[in-house]
Amino acid sequence: MGLLSDPNRRRALTKLLTRLNAPICGMPVDWLVKTMQSRGLEVFTQSFTRKLPFPDENKERYMVRGTNVYGILRAPRAPRTEALVLSAPCSEGNNNNQAVGLLLGLAQYFRSQIHWAKDIIFLVNEHDLIGMQAWLEGYHHTNTTGGDWSPLQGRGGSIQAALSLELSSDVITSLDLVLEGLNGQLPNLDLANLFYAFCQKIGVLCTIQGKLQRNDWDTTSGYSHAAQTMMLMVLKQASGRPWGDHGLFLRYHIEAASIRGINSFRQYKTDTTTIGRLLEGMYRKLNNLLERLHQSYFFYLMPSLSRFVSIGYYMPAFGLLAVILLLRALDLWVQLGASPPGTEDGPSSPGVLSILTPVVISHMTGVALYTLPILSQEMAVQHFPVSETEAVVLTAIAIYTAGLALPHNTHRLLQGEGTEEGWRVLKLVALLYLAVLLGCTALINFSLGFILALSLVPIAAFITPHTPKALSAAIMVLLSPGCTLLYCVFVFQELQETPVSLQDGWMLFLSVISQGILDHALYGSLVYPLLALLIYPCWLLLWNILFWK
Amino acid sequence: MAAPLTLLLIVAVTIRAVLFRSSLAELIPERVEVVSPLNAWKRVVEGLALLDLGVSPYAGDVFHETPLIIYFFHFVSDYAEIVFMVMTRLVGCVFLLQFRKQKYALEAERYPLDCLELIRTPKEMYYIPLKVAMFYLLNPFTILSCVAKSTCGLNNAVIALFILCTVKGSSLMSAIFLALATYQSIYPLTLFAPALLYLLQRLYIPVNWQRSSFWLFTTQYTFMYLGSLCVMVCLSFFLLSSWDFLSSVYGFILSVPDLTPNIGLFWYFFAEMFEHFRLFFICVFQINVFFYTIPLSIKLKEHPIFLIFMQIAIISIFKSYPTVGDIALYMAFLPAWNHLYRFLRNIFLVSVVLLACSTLFPVLWHLWIYAGSANSNFYYAITLLFNVAQILLVSDYFYAYLRREHHLTHGLYLKRKDGSEATLVLK
Repeated sequence: MGLLSDPNRRRALTKLLTRLNAPICGMPVDWLVKTMQSRGLEVFTQSFTRKLPFPDENKERYMVRGTNVYGILRAPRAPRTEALVLSAPCSEGNNNNQAVGLLLGLAQYFRSQIHWAKDIIFLVNEHDLIGMQAWLEGYHHTNTTGGDWSPLQGRGGSIQAALSLELSSDVITSLDLVLEGLNGQLPNLDLANLFYAFCQKIGVLCTIQGKLQRNDWDTTSGYSHAAQTMMLMVLKQASGRPWGDHGLFLRYHIEAASIRGINSFRQYKTDTTTIGRLLEGMYRKLNNLLERLHQSYFFYLMPSLSRFVSIGYYMPAFGLLAVILLLRALDLWVQLGASPPGTEDGPSSPGVLSILTPVVISHMTGVALYTLPILSQEMAVQHFPVSETEAVVLTAIAIYTAGLALPHNTHRLLQGEGTEEGWRVLKLVALLYLAVLLGCTALINFSLGFILALSLVPIAAFITPHTPKALSAAIMVLLSPGCTLLYCVFVFQELQETPVSLQDGWMLFLSVISQGILDHALYGSLVYPLLALLIYPCWLLLWNILFWK
Repeated sequence: MAAPLTLLLIVAVTIRAVLFRSSLAELIPERVEVVSPLNAWKRVVEGLALLDLGVSPYAGDVFHETPLIIYFFHFVSDYAEIVFMVMTRLVGCVFLLQFRKQKYALEAERYPLDCLELIRTPKEMYYIPLKVAMFYLLNPFTILSCVAKSTCGLNNAVIALFILCTVKGSSLMSAIFLALATYQSIYPLTLFAPALLYLLQRLYIPVNWQRSSFWLFTTQYTFMYLGSLCVMVCLSFFLLSSWDFLSSVYGFILSVPDLTPNIGLFWYFFAEMFEHFRLFFICVFQINVFFYTIPLSIKLKEHPIFLIFMQIAIISIFKSYPTVGDIALYMAFLPAWNHLYRFLRNIFLVSVVLLACSTLFPVLWHLWIYAGSANSNFYYAITLLFNVAQILLVSDYFYAYLRREHHLTHGLYLKRKDGSEATLVLK
């Protein structure tokens, strides 16, 4: 059916793919416009510019300029109220050189069908996520991240679903499904099930997290394989970055997934026409949707493509961790209520100032950690022989470590000693603050909330000024948010079967920090502000309690 | 007292000024927890624009404020931010002034000796007005309400002035301000009873059905109140030369046609209600606000200030379009009942639940409206929890108050008839 049946079409497709095999420098906007127009689509372009907060290694300059090209295939018989999107990022070099060809081939084929009820938008975006963000903001008339783009001339109605293609070679052995989006948001599970079911029908191998499914669930090795796959998903979701171009669609309540073609050393290879058939089938399924996908879970973790862990199973685990904090807070409350001999005002009596000072100072340090690295990069580059990216990252680490010296300075500011009651009140405030913060984080991005809870709840529960100082200080530093991030980087590399040495791991850690700051500035990812403005001050409060005199 | 007050005012003004100039000033007026269809600034601007065009501001069902408000803002619309900050300052100062006078020593000699620790000393009471002002001015709810330029601040100012006039004993001014508060939203009508009780107490007129002095004063006060209300309604009629505002303001408040989610209890029920039963349930829900006046007045007739607090709290919980500004008003009273702290039983639970719900409101709103992963049930669950926590807070304070009164009359350490220790239970 479809592409396979018509030999003319097959030849045209092969010609297209060989032509595009040469590496593309920049995007051939005019050629794309002409080709799409010749295929009968309504073609429009959007130019955008974006000022980066600091030049990334990939871009090497502050200003990123680009053009998105998109063609709309109008539904022949339906009113133009809904649309589907097929996008292929146009990256430099050999990175994604086959996807655009496939996209154009599909466009030509779809044009001759009469059963489309929704408009199909074929989008080729430049600079990956930056271009996609500009296009989506232009489409939905919002501007949350301060980019500069030209308004879109053509629209297609409300987008129901989107797929993003990444193909680097014309024959593949498996297709990898990428689901994790911005801030850990996931598409509806129905989309993943749909894709997997259809892959099985066509006979294409489908993987998730780059790992194949195994059928031996009962054995230990099978179980650990599934657990590793799930841990990979947890780590990817916790990072809060979109792992494919689809990640930015989810914010607008558009179900989207990325499909990545993998060419590994396997005997059975699938060619592009089969992928084309697969995509055609997917789009016909999405075409038949009467409403947006909402029937299945939005919150899940997948140990494999045919199994999932829903929110009802994993949330109680987090709930039990949060309960530890609440019980400890209750215990402190009872202690505070029992000990004072009839003081008049209750817990606010041991000097509001002695509690307020550590809280204010911790939050000011958090604000410094959030704003200073980007603001002071010029000054750092003048004085030290580092690039801007390194300056930003190293400033962040410096401020983070400087926070460790705070308790000694705080106590010099305050006259007199803190009382026994003082640290209890501060700990009560810190515990409640941490519990509410982790609860809200887990609701939005469960993996991030869970990883932070695993590292912060033990120290929050056990830290008092009376625990042995050296040991507690060492444990606190080892379980601080920064070190948790370092462990996660190593574990992630280990799980992906590309373990790194300490040196490379440290470099990777630095690049992760810079990527986090960049994601926040470009797409509105919440991980960096959450860690800098809220989690880090909370950890500093606990550090203050440890060194309470 | 002057120096800490000035410092407090400066801090409060600074916080609000900083927020007005930041990017949050566009986000906060959109939040449904902070503004409601009754007091949103956007709607006031819309009403002013319609008035300038010569069309009735109530055309189009956008504007639901009273005509006096629209004329007030007609003159001060350019200085809106300053007006709102001044309003909050005013409320803070008013609270300060009225709490200087508190009756405590009148019946001191009647109390048993072991209750001395229950009676507040002048030293403790010296700082209460400052604490009340602090609780109001630095409450995050008030700050959010002020930055959103919600007219809730004005309503709070009028109610605060009413309480000040009542406490000072001037019945005419008290009636006028109460009429103004009722004119703006109907619910302060329930504050008529506590105001009357307080003024009677102040004039040493006992609440006795047979006494003629009681009836004389009651009719006097009622006439002053109804008269001012009539004057205001007629003035509104003459300002706009039509009776539109009655259905747009009072009809809107009572019949709840707008079901935008907020922190109240009405929207979810009426979103799923069949038309057939709507009138019945409207009546049930609205009566709920007014229903507690008579029993509470009977129980608390010796303590009208506490009754005012309870009434304001009940209005803020059960009114048709509550916002966080209403909650801030009754929370400001809490430092005045500091002496009840030892009898409160649920304060930890209530504070934790209120804190958690306040932070969960924006999270679940985002998950519902923007991410599409949650639905209205999640948001309403948090609303319910929030309101249950508020009700628990109010009833806890009620229990503590009654228990303290009981101890004052019966001694601090209660003994049963056979001499063993007894505990008090609120039935």
